[in-house]
Amino acid sequence: MKRYSTLWYVISLLLVAAIGLAACSQATTQNTPAPAATGGSPTAIVRTSAKDLILSTTTSTQDSGLLDVLIPAFQQASGYTVKTASVGSGQALKMGQDCNADVLLVHSPTDEKTFMDAGYGSDRRLVMHNDFIVVGPKADPANVQATHSAVEAFTAINNAKAPFISRGDKSGTNSKELALWKAVNITPAGDWYQQSGQGMGATLKIANEKNAYTLTDRATYLATRDNLDSLVIVLEGDNNLLNVYHVILVNPAKCTKLNVDGAKAFADYVVSAEGQALIGKFGVDKYGQALFTPDAGKTDADLGLK
Amino acid sequence: MGLIWEGIRNAVLLMFSGYSEVWEITLLSLQVSLLATGISLIIGLPLGTWLALGQFKGRHFFLSVINTGMALPPVVVGLWVSILLWRSGPLGDLHLIYTPAAMVIAQTIIAAPMVTGLTVIALQQLNPRLRLQLLGLGASHTQMILALWKQARLPLLAALMAGFGAVISEVGASMMVGGNILHQTRVLTTAIVLETGKGEFAMAMALGFILLFLAYLVNATLTWIQQRDVQR
Repeated sequence: MKRYSTLWYVISLLLVAAIGLAACSQATTQNTPAPAATGGSPTAIVRTSAKDLILSTTTSTQDSGLLDVLIPAFQQASGYTVKTASVGSGQALKMGQDCNADVLLVHSPTDEKTFMDAGYGSDRRLVMHNDFIVVGPKADPANVQATHSAVEAFTAINNAKAPFISRGDKSGTNSKELALWKAVNITPAGDWYQQSGQGMGATLKIANEKNAYTLTDRATYLATRDNLDSLVIVLEGDNNLLNVYHVILVNPAKCTKLNVDGAKAFADYVVSAEGQALIGKFGVDKYGQALFTPDAGKTDADLGLK
Repeated sequence: MGLIWEGIRNAVLLMFSGYSEVWEITLLSLQVSLLATGISLIIGLPLGTWLALGQFKGRHFFLSVINTGMALPPVVVGLWVSILLWRSGPLGDLHLIYTPAAMVIAQTIIAAPMVTGLTVIALQQLNPRLRLQLLGLGASHTQMILALWKQARLPLLAALMAGFGAVISEVGASMMVGGNILHQTRVLTTAIVLETGKGEFAMAMALGFILLFLAYLVNATLTWIQQRDVQR
């Protein structure tokens, strides 16, 4: 019987440890913000109290580090706990449609318009913008640095059949990239055009390893630049490359279990003077330039968007 | 519930519609994981046998390291292998990063400790006098090992199934070292993460069912081999 009692001893020790750890983490999560769930299934994020709200946003706001500043500030100011789902814009909008999120912070204007026209969102406000840039190998085989616009750059890359990594994941960045190809009537195909199906950070890494071009938002590029030893900015400053973020409230008329007040509080915060100041300052000490430009109160037309 | 039924239906339709991208992804999953499991077997079986039957200093320590290897998080393995294979890393000149070969390497590192550790147990639970009896009957060293393996084939096949199960289902290492690149390194698990990220849950579920079915086919075969001639 001695053998079995040792076994029971070990099992009960493991069980007690497991229960103890679970109890401890329950106590601490009351006071700390919930961690971001990247690429997780929407049903994994549940509201456990009226003070919880689910924010569905894109990988670029997460990868650039902006959320790590904005969310704690909002939680402090409002008392709400934000559960952030950092997924592609495609999934973020779908989560809104399925009533699995309370508020969205996305940057895919065409898809957002479809979303609003279908009535899934009750309010959409401009928050901020940054810009997309084309990055590529220092050697620049397609001679993109000689071009002056995004569409010229893409034409050059297609003509040179230079390696290009696409997000291929229906994200905001991917939508912008596909719109650019469409603008020059090119359907990219061939071994040179590769689709990573991953977030911006991972895609930049792949482009770095493969000495390939890619379209990226400036914020993620700056945030990960130290790990990208062979990528440089080859094109920037085209008006076509504006990357605009909106905050969308999911329509309570279409969904019954939303945290409507929490969603409104978040949306109000990001366009408030305090929120906009945080956005405008983000990145200055680390990169010498702000990663996002605050735009609350302006309309799409002010930024030159249709 | 609707999503689950839709998933099963779409899985069947996908498999038979000849949608070439799905076949490509499925084939690559199978190739990479079977190869990784095979290599783990080639490494793990002799190594496990040596650990089980050998007498040498540090055997206990080595055994505990192997057992710890069974608890290695796949995503950590992916990270280490990535660091080795990046151009900035020591093995960067081999240009293996973001290739199926890199995925095989990472998956082998995940499966090998499992196969090794379970082989050790499989052989240790045999009657120790069996070994002496075989040698006493005039068996050569090789013949003895082969006879012991045959005697322990039930737990050994379970070790193989555990190793295969660990790698066919893992996504962290495959994502990091493979890159999920379409037509190159996209496998079922990484494709499921992608489709979920796009909001295409029905497609993700369908791929999930294909993965389950694949795992079932392989394990059904191994189980049949395992359970043949078993006295019950």
